[in-house]
Amino acid sequence: MKSFTYERPTTPAEAAAAVAGTPDAKFIAGGTNLLDLMKLQIETPRHLVDVNGLGLDTVEPTGEGGLRIGALVRNTDLAAHPRVRKDYGVLARALLAGASGQLRNKATTAGNLLQRTRCPYFYDTAQGCNKRQPGSGCSALDGVSRQLAVIGGSAACIATHPGDMAVAMRVLDATVETVDGAGTERRIPIAEFHRLPGDEPQRDTTLKPGELITAVTLPKPVPGTHIYRKVRDRASYAYALVSVAAILGKNGSGHVAFGGVAHKPWRVEAAEADLPKGAKAVATQVFADAKPTHENAYKLKLAERTLGAALNQARA
Amino acid sequence: MVGATAAAAPAGARAARTDEPVLARVTFTVNGQRRDLELDTRTSLLDAAREHLHLTGSKKGCDHGQCGACTMIVDGRRINACLTLAVMHQGAEIVTIEGLGQPDHLHPMQAAFVRHDGYQCGYCTPGQICSGVAVLEEIEAGIPSHVTADLEAAPQVTEAEIRERMSGNICRCGAYSNIVEAMTEVAGSRA
Amino acid sequence: MKFDTPAGPNPIDRLKVVGRPTDRIDGKYKTTGTAPYAYERHDAAPDAAYGYVLGSAIAKGRVRSIDTASARQAPGVIAVVTTLDTPRIERGVMNVAYLFGGDVIQHYHQAIAVVVAETFEQARAASFLVQVDYAPEAGAFDLAAAAKTAEPVPADSGEGSGGDGEERVGDFEGAFAQAPVTLDATYTTADESHAMMEPHATTAAWDGDRVTLWTSNQMIGWGHGSIAKMLGLPKAKVRLDAPYVGGGFGGKLFVRADAVLAALAAKATGRAVKVALTRPLIANNTTHRPATIQRVRIGATRDGTITAIAHESTSGNLPDGDPETAVNQTKFLYAGANRLTAMKLAHLDLPEGNAMRAPGEAPGLAVLEIAMDEMAEKLGLDPVAFRIRNDSQVVPTQPDLRFSQRDLVGCLTLGAERFGWAKRNPKPGQVRDGQWLVGLGMAAAFRDNMVMKSGARVRLDSRGTVTVETDMTDIGTGSYTIIAQTAAEMMGVSLDQVVVRLGDSDFPVSSGSGGQFGANSSTAGVYAACVKLREAVAQKLGFNATDAVFEAGEVRAGNRAIPLAESAAGGDLVAEDTIEFGKVSKEQQVSTFGAHFVEVGVDAYTAEVRVRRMLAVCAAGRILNPKSARSQVIGGMVMGTGAALMEELAVDTKRGFFANHDLAGYEVPVHADIPRQEVIFLDEVDPRSSPMKAKGVGELGISGIAAAVANAVYNATGIRVRDYPLTLDKLLDRMPDAA
Repeated sequence: MKSFTYERPTTPAEAAAAVAGTPDAKFIAGGTNLLDLMKLQIETPRHLVDVNGLGLDTVEPTGEGGLRIGALVRNTDLAAHPRVRKDYGVLARALLAGASGQLRNKATTAGNLLQRTRCPYFYDTAQGCNKRQPGSGCSALDGVSRQLAVIGGSAACIATHPGDMAVAMRVLDATVETVDGAGTERRIPIAEFHRLPGDEPQRDTTLKPGELITAVTLPKPVPGTHIYRKVRDRASYAYALVSVAAILGKNGSGHVAFGGVAHKPWRVEAAEADLPKGAKAVATQVFADAKPTHENAYKLKLAERTLGAALNQARA
Repeated sequence: MVGATAAAAPAGARAARTDEPVLARVTFTVNGQRRDLELDTRTSLLDAAREHLHLTGSKKGCDHGQCGACTMIVDGRRINACLTLAVMHQGAEIVTIEGLGQPDHLHPMQAAFVRHDGYQCGYCTPGQICSGVAVLEEIEAGIPSHVTADLEAAPQVTEAEIRERMSGNICRCGAYSNIVEAMTEVAGSRA
Repeated sequence: MKFDTPAGPNPIDRLKVVGRPTDRIDGKYKTTGTAPYAYERHDAAPDAAYGYVLGSAIAKGRVRSIDTASARQAPGVIAVVTTLDTPRIERGVMNVAYLFGGDVIQHYHQAIAVVVAETFEQARAASFLVQVDYAPEAGAFDLAAAAKTAEPVPADSGEGSGGDGEERVGDFEGAFAQAPVTLDATYTTADESHAMMEPHATTAAWDGDRVTLWTSNQMIGWGHGSIAKMLGLPKAKVRLDAPYVGGGFGGKLFVRADAVLAALAAKATGRAVKVALTRPLIANNTTHRPATIQRVRIGATRDGTITAIAHESTSGNLPDGDPETAVNQTKFLYAGANRLTAMKLAHLDLPEGNAMRAPGEAPGLAVLEIAMDEMAEKLGLDPVAFRIRNDSQVVPTQPDLRFSQRDLVGCLTLGAERFGWAKRNPKPGQVRDGQWLVGLGMAAAFRDNMVMKSGARVRLDSRGTVTVETDMTDIGTGSYTIIAQTAAEMMGVSLDQVVVRLGDSDFPVSSGSGGQFGANSSTAGVYAACVKLREAVAQKLGFNATDAVFEAGEVRAGNRAIPLAESAAGGDLVAEDTIEFGKVSKEQQVSTFGAHFVEVGVDAYTAEVRVRRMLAVCAAGRILNPKSARSQVIGGMVMGTGAALMEELAVDTKRGFFANHDLAGYEVPVHADIPRQEVIFLDEVDPRSSPMKAKGVGELGISGIAAAVANAVYNATGIRVRDYPLTLDKLLDRMPDAA
């Protein structure tokens, strides 16, 4: 970890300006992923702007009947919020399926969106990784890839977004609100927030340098059974091999997004009309362009069967 | 604002440009005692406790939030002390394993761990106990978990709830079954 | 004391303290965080500097140069010690790979430098400034490929299992060809990491030409000699101290890089230095349980009598390394006149393979006991009945060698009864509980009972306190408590009158902790020392030692009773002795046996496997402390469940390293994976094991459990997976339609 200066501003505008105006500056909120990466010098900020003094830690109803979640609302608090439990079960379930109690107590809504991949080559600074060090190659392509992306990858990167919360937010059509150093606010649909690796895998999201997430808004609740089904090797405290975030009616109609399969939460809205026909009909379309490695091809069948489990649960 | 050294520098020139450590002062309460430290900003809360305050009860098993041995209770919430900076805890109320009880005056959870042999090598134990104390409070506070069947109902102290909530504390010796017994006993005696 | 005839009646048999489920005497320290581990010795080595270890970025080759200029100039840096500055250091006991020194890289993350600074943060930051130029070489990293040229080799796991490269009894091939019912199947087990919670760590400090290492090590005697040899010092100039060890599981049987680098760095800086291996370094820098490819062939008559059994295992290792001794148990467990066991070793340039909890038996039984399940099915026999039919009261490869005690049948029948085995549907894939396909599985457990010479010193003071000193370690095994129980029983005092001091090389050399030999051997050493102390006490008080009864803090004979403490009124009485095991340990085969029963649920959609119930029945001699012994067994069951379902060091066969080298990537079981566990100990005493009449249980719990899980998965799904771990991707293709 390189040495860094530290400040704790009190308004979002100040924080954004501090990062924009300081070379190699980064925001820190929960710190649960950033510090992990700083210890390995995968992240090397020289100035940390602690955003924990900004407020932004409340969940408020919106005029449209939705919710506005402050960027600094902790995962635990968001999952425990009565409105989230009642109306956005898929989000509560996704949060509770992630990490551990200790981590959820620290991790924030904004930070969760920004967590970086768990690809083993990203984490090993002796190995080539285009996401960590552009141009150094992707060791995962011919290396250990059981956990990695089956769709949306590129010749430069097959990393996955490791989170659960964002998958639920994707199916909920959430919007990410930001402010930049100049005070300009922006609303980014969650579908456009995370990006595919292409030839710039170092960029996980469409955020601009210095842009600060202030909130995530959810539209009014979608009726149906809210399901977050996370599949992993051990029963808890593990990243998803595949996850399914779904809001489904009794006849199976509804919405679905997949986690653990791509560089971003993966959702193909056009396929959702076929949900009543069953998992196979949908999965075939959703993963039509999949390019799995020999180690992770199982994820295609797993995704289909996990969706099948969700449909079964909704019909019950 | 914490980090006087940093704050004193003008905007734009503030970032560390050399390898020199940046020092900052932080004051917090540890186990009821006010502690005032001047620390390298890079110091984790865990290392502040272990290396600066010589409170070595909190363990460093992985230093990356993957094992839970460093669990402390900060402002009433259990966290991984390895994944947070000490300077981010100005004014915080911190409880470590040493604050729960001492060898001649064990906390009920510590005593239950002894009775149920809820440990073996002992290295994950302080983290398990801090987590165990916090978990029962979380259930009491109505915070749901992954295994809570009805999100809108108050969670109950069940073995399944304990196991899920304790899963951020790895015990490689495999004392899990005994830890669940210890926590169940403590929960029962509080009810 | 020589142990060369079976133990007769002795004071331990009173079982006033021994054999009771006593709470651990170190519990109050462990639960309050006041038990000091190796990196926490502010008391003993104040103001220690911090060493941060750099690992090699290549798997094989040479280090051309190391540029430390920037690192040395970095703030707070006191010294940088590199492998190029240091002549290659000799290996210690059981080391296969060299730990430090010279330019040769044998494996990924081999230690190449340690950066020493005033603070941990400074040492860590400066380590990233060290520039290394490598000359990489091609290596062999793929076991499946290297297995083709593997050769049979003899081996000793160092922890109680081993044998010749190939051992034959009768005519295996002929009998197998003639057998009406046969199985010929190949299985694989994965590379596994010990993943103990306390990283390998050492604090070292020199005082002139003497060095002290506060270190995390299971075997102080070995470590003491090894460090002396590695540093070129007489043993008298070296002290190791390990009062608490945060788990080892075989990964800390020997000296590792942390100890060597702490000692070298402390020498270079003239300061106490502490070094802990960082978690991402541990999987590749240290040792692991090697992966295996195992072929099992069983031939039987139609009534289920085994006539031919062969077990062959291939594993890889660095030059000078041993094979995994995975065929060992097959020589002992089941009858059969015609037999073959063989171990082959392939050259691999992966990190060093070495002992991990129940080396040999853990991966060996994981395979043999699936094969037995498959064979039982072929024969149309219940798996429990098939095992009972092939029980043997003599060692099958040496028919004139009897087992001192062997109640495998008792374990199997009691376990089956308690677990409700009769309710198991022998036809797989039939039982469903909601989303879960439910299955039951079982396996036999076997682990040899090694014994090791073990010494102790016992002191009685004028307050009647008995202090035991031995270099024995407590790695979670409960040594503190069972040693205290032993001394209390022998001297007739209560447990709180006993003080136990462990892990210091200044104390008499013990068995150390490994191979499940520690509990029986080290308490037998304490027994021996107490026998001597009893003699000294008796003499002091004018008793005949053989008549004197030590009880309730008194020594009694005839109608005289004198407080024990009185014997030390004129000064402490001290006795020291070592138990040495003679031919009695060889005249009969002393082994431990058990049976595992497991119920799993397999998610009908996703094929996730979750364990629902577990029971182990153990026959392992006298159980010195049922509470801590039970913990040892359930702990082994947990680790074996990990091996069955999730644990695998993922080999990058191109770059030559274990890619998932942290605790997020290498998954071990968490709370949610483990149900309530049950353990039953059969009431057994074995006078041929030691005066304690006890045997080991620390590794019995892991032996066989993985196969019990795998067999339960088969019973639940009808899918036989022969490659560990049984992750869902290996089941999915064959899963039935879920709905």
